[in-house]
Amino acid sequence: MKSAITWMQKTAAAAAIAAFGISGANAQDKMPSGEPIKVGILHSLSGTMAISETTLKDAMLMLIDEQNKKGGVLGRPLEAVVVDPASDWPLFAEKARELISQEKVSVVFGCWTSVSRKSVLPVFKELDSILFYPVQYEGEESERNVFYTGAAPNQQAIPAVDYLMNEGVERWVLEGTDYVYPRTTNKILEAYLKAKGVAAEDIKVNYTPFGFSDWQTEVSAIKEFGSTGKKTAVVSTVNGDANVPFYKELGNQGIKATDIPVVAFSVGEEELAGIDTAPLVGHLAAWNYFQSVDTPENEAFITAWHKFIGNEERVTNDPMEAHYIGFNMWVKAVEKAGTVEPDKVIDALPGTEQANLTGGMSKMLPNHHITKPVLIGEINAEGQFDVVSETEELVPGDAWSDFLPESKKLEADWVELKCGNYDTEAKKCLGDTMAN
Amino acid sequence: MTRSIRWLLVGLAVLLFGAASASAQESPAEPGTAAAAQAAGSAATSAAGPAAIVQKFGGKQSYDETEAVIIELAASGDEAVARALRALRDGDLYWRKGDEAVFIGKRQGDDIAIFDPMTGEPAGAVPRGEMEKVRIKNSIRNAVTTALGSLTLRADNPAQRMRAADTLFSEADPEMIASLGEAIAAEEDTAVRARMQEALASATLVSDLPASEKAEAAKILAARGDRESLSMLTRFAGSTDDPVAKKAAETAIVAIQSNIAFWNQMQNVWYGLSLGSVLLLAAIGLAITFGVMGVINMAHGEMVMIGAYTTYVVQEFIRTSAPGLFEFSLLIALPLAFLASGTVGLVMERFLIRFLYGRPLETLLATFGVSLILQQAVRTIFGPSNREVGNPDFMSGAFDLRLMSVNWNRLWIIVFAMVVFLALLAVLNKTPLGLQMRAVTQNRKMAAAMGIRTPWVDAMTFALGSGIAGIAGVALSQIDNVSPNLGQGYIIDSFMVVVFGGVGNLWGTLVGAMSLGIVNKFLEPYAGAVLGKIVVLVLIILFIQKRPRGLFAQKGRFVDA
Repeated sequence: MKSAITWMQKTAAAAAIAAFGISGANAQDKMPSGEPIKVGILHSLSGTMAISETTLKDAMLMLIDEQNKKGGVLGRPLEAVVVDPASDWPLFAEKARELISQEKVSVVFGCWTSVSRKSVLPVFKELDSILFYPVQYEGEESERNVFYTGAAPNQQAIPAVDYLMNEGVERWVLEGTDYVYPRTTNKILEAYLKAKGVAAEDIKVNYTPFGFSDWQTEVSAIKEFGSTGKKTAVVSTVNGDANVPFYKELGNQGIKATDIPVVAFSVGEEELAGIDTAPLVGHLAAWNYFQSVDTPENEAFITAWHKFIGNEERVTNDPMEAHYIGFNMWVKAVEKAGTVEPDKVIDALPGTEQANLTGGMSKMLPNHHITKPVLIGEINAEGQFDVVSETEELVPGDAWSDFLPESKKLEADWVELKCGNYDTEAKKCLGDTMAN
Repeated sequence: MTRSIRWLLVGLAVLLFGAASASAQESPAEPGTAAAAQAAGSAATSAAGPAAIVQKFGGKQSYDETEAVIIELAASGDEAVARALRALRDGDLYWRKGDEAVFIGKRQGDDIAIFDPMTGEPAGAVPRGEMEKVRIKNSIRNAVTTALGSLTLRADNPAQRMRAADTLFSEADPEMIASLGEAIAAEEDTAVRARMQEALASATLVSDLPASEKAEAAKILAARGDRESLSMLTRFAGSTDDPVAKKAAETAIVAIQSNIAFWNQMQNVWYGLSLGSVLLLAAIGLAITFGVMGVINMAHGEMVMIGAYTTYVVQEFIRTSAPGLFEFSLLIALPLAFLASGTVGLVMERFLIRFLYGRPLETLLATFGVSLILQQAVRTIFGPSNREVGNPDFMSGAFDLRLMSVNWNRLWIIVFAMVVFLALLAVLNKTPLGLQMRAVTQNRKMAAAMGIRTPWVDAMTFALGSGIAGIAGVALSQIDNVSPNLGQGYIIDSFMVVVFGGVGNLWGTLVGAMSLGIVNKFLEPYAGAVLGKIVVLVLIILFIQKRPRGLFAQKGRFVDA
């Protein structure tokens, strides 16, 4: 039995190396042995966020599986420890503590909402461990123990607005769900638009509660706002379940993407899987990855994913790619540091490079964000995205937005300055004094 | 402005065209492709017929190049190119990798059936790998719509002429005045002609025609009375110097503004009724289980969810085995959803709730537990992501009632809510089961003494309430996400409606749901969705302070029994 597994693992390892096109340096011929390295997975498997986070747990399991087939890390096998924080923010902190103190994991991949990340932050700082956070977020943060592999606002929101401006949009509706990510993002966008010369009366900001389903009034307000003759667009930070009724209402009231396009930051392939996309054709999304991107790396990733999950219909999305990049960066940093000790790995991570799935080479920056391409895609009838615009070079993630007066002067650099919020005017590190 | 951009683009087209022809000459053309390449590469742009221009969509192109070809096609003035343009807009225009010949394509499994872009004649089928789609984006779709607007003004199909007139109205292009005039003279359909006259008016306002004609145009726009006319008139009133025309425009603006204000209020009432009908559907089952029986059923929302998932299962079954029945999927789902949720309700009552009668706190906790179990069960069976429930055709789209747009699905849901309400009223008041239900809830002991099997009536009542929640789920699947969390969104609102309307009174539930809906929708435009909901909650709290038994309080000896 054991020998059979070994044989299978070897074959699979060879296949995986071939499939992922990873250089032979990491791949070891000998099987991983010794005490396993534990990898924590902190994603909600029940509750409201299960819809998005369950997939990420599966993606992590796949990545760990692939890595073990390639010979593990430092010759030791990886072992996934999965916990379920059940979309309950305080429970995230408890589960994080459980992972680090009891399970003794070397690294944690997890969280989706900003509030869950904020909830686990103190735990990671106190117990000095590493968190990889894979979701686009509002920025305004850089912590020593956290590595942000999702997009900062300058890697998603701002390029999307730039694209629409190029398309001639003059009036803007910033429509969001009422919580920290949309509010901060919209604050940044409002400042950015005004800096670009958009008048205050050409910007309309509106918020709706979580899970909002009766969009009639909001959509007719958008229609009215867009009927002045100036080209209007909606920038949507509407989150999760509220999106489907929102798009349905847009379709029902006859607002087509050619009249008033909606560019969304939280709608990806996974979210579109539950909608009839015919009325949505032409609406936009800005991400750093689309399943439809045609590269050999992406093809290998999708094939591996379909094989792992046993379902050809399952889609891949941007946060999955973020975990793919983050996980491989962690592996490289551990190999470089020669240990899984968090302090050494944290120091080894900045500068680590990993090929992303869209054909570029992403790099971990000293501010613990990464470089990513920004893609703008239009929804097509198959529920996928057709890329209509792509940044020529990778965009480095900016932790502190340059468009907010309070964060303009701040800089994050954990290599030279050893500080996540260095005040470039006062020339000092604010540290935890600016806890807000 | 538009005109100068258009000229620029035409210029660009010519330039790009030169470049394209140069490269076409350099590349060694295969024998079969020679004709196409020559047609595309021929420097005599003006001489090229529309069929040759269409062929220019072939080959890898930037969006600007594609747009230039569209403008060239529009300039050709030949209505025959409309077919290719429509296909382009719908993403059905392909070019063959071998020779860059352009075809209209329709996916057929792994093949693409191709058609001639000019005549629509079938040209066989080719494997998908050999064809490349002409890439489009929104600005391309808009360019096509504009081009079609000028091309199809004289089309045979009145619907197409109507769309053309609509496009031209929004475009307001003075260059189109002459062709609009000709089209109006030739038009026989009165509705289309009226629309064309509006388009002519919008173009007249921005043209350099005499002020008297512009004043006439302002009147036509005032009669149209919508927001688009308003913004055109406002711009015109700001730019014109002629006192007569300015006066006419300003009078028109005032008239339109009051018209819009009126229809905004109507729209709010309509939205309110629509929200109210959704609340009514969600709450009406609860009006039975909580209102009549007094059971605090926290799993009520999950009954709604089960109904929605039943709809999903029915649709999936129809999709795989009998696609022709899709239009009837909701009708088929209704009884099944009633049975599914009713059965779950029956099981709940028999095995859980009947042991807890008279212990509201324990019931609350137990049913809350059931709701979590049901959610997780559905999540395990169907997965955590949303399931797609399609809208049958009669539930899709909207129609315009003057300035108000009425969604068909909202309209049908209002009708459906009223039907369910009346049916339930009839069951309660006209059937033996209803009589027994009322008897048991009013005086359990006396009813038992009269020979009514009270436990059986309890079970049936609870099953009825749950079943009604199930059919509400069928309706809600049309406007909301079908996900395991579907029910959670409705449970608070449902209790709110039942308590506000008066526990134990169906009419109270109806009036409660409708008034909450309308108040909410009138508050939303001013206060926003978040604050609006809070204000409604505060109002309800104040109201309950004043009238603890809700709008329609039950009276009589049995009330506190």
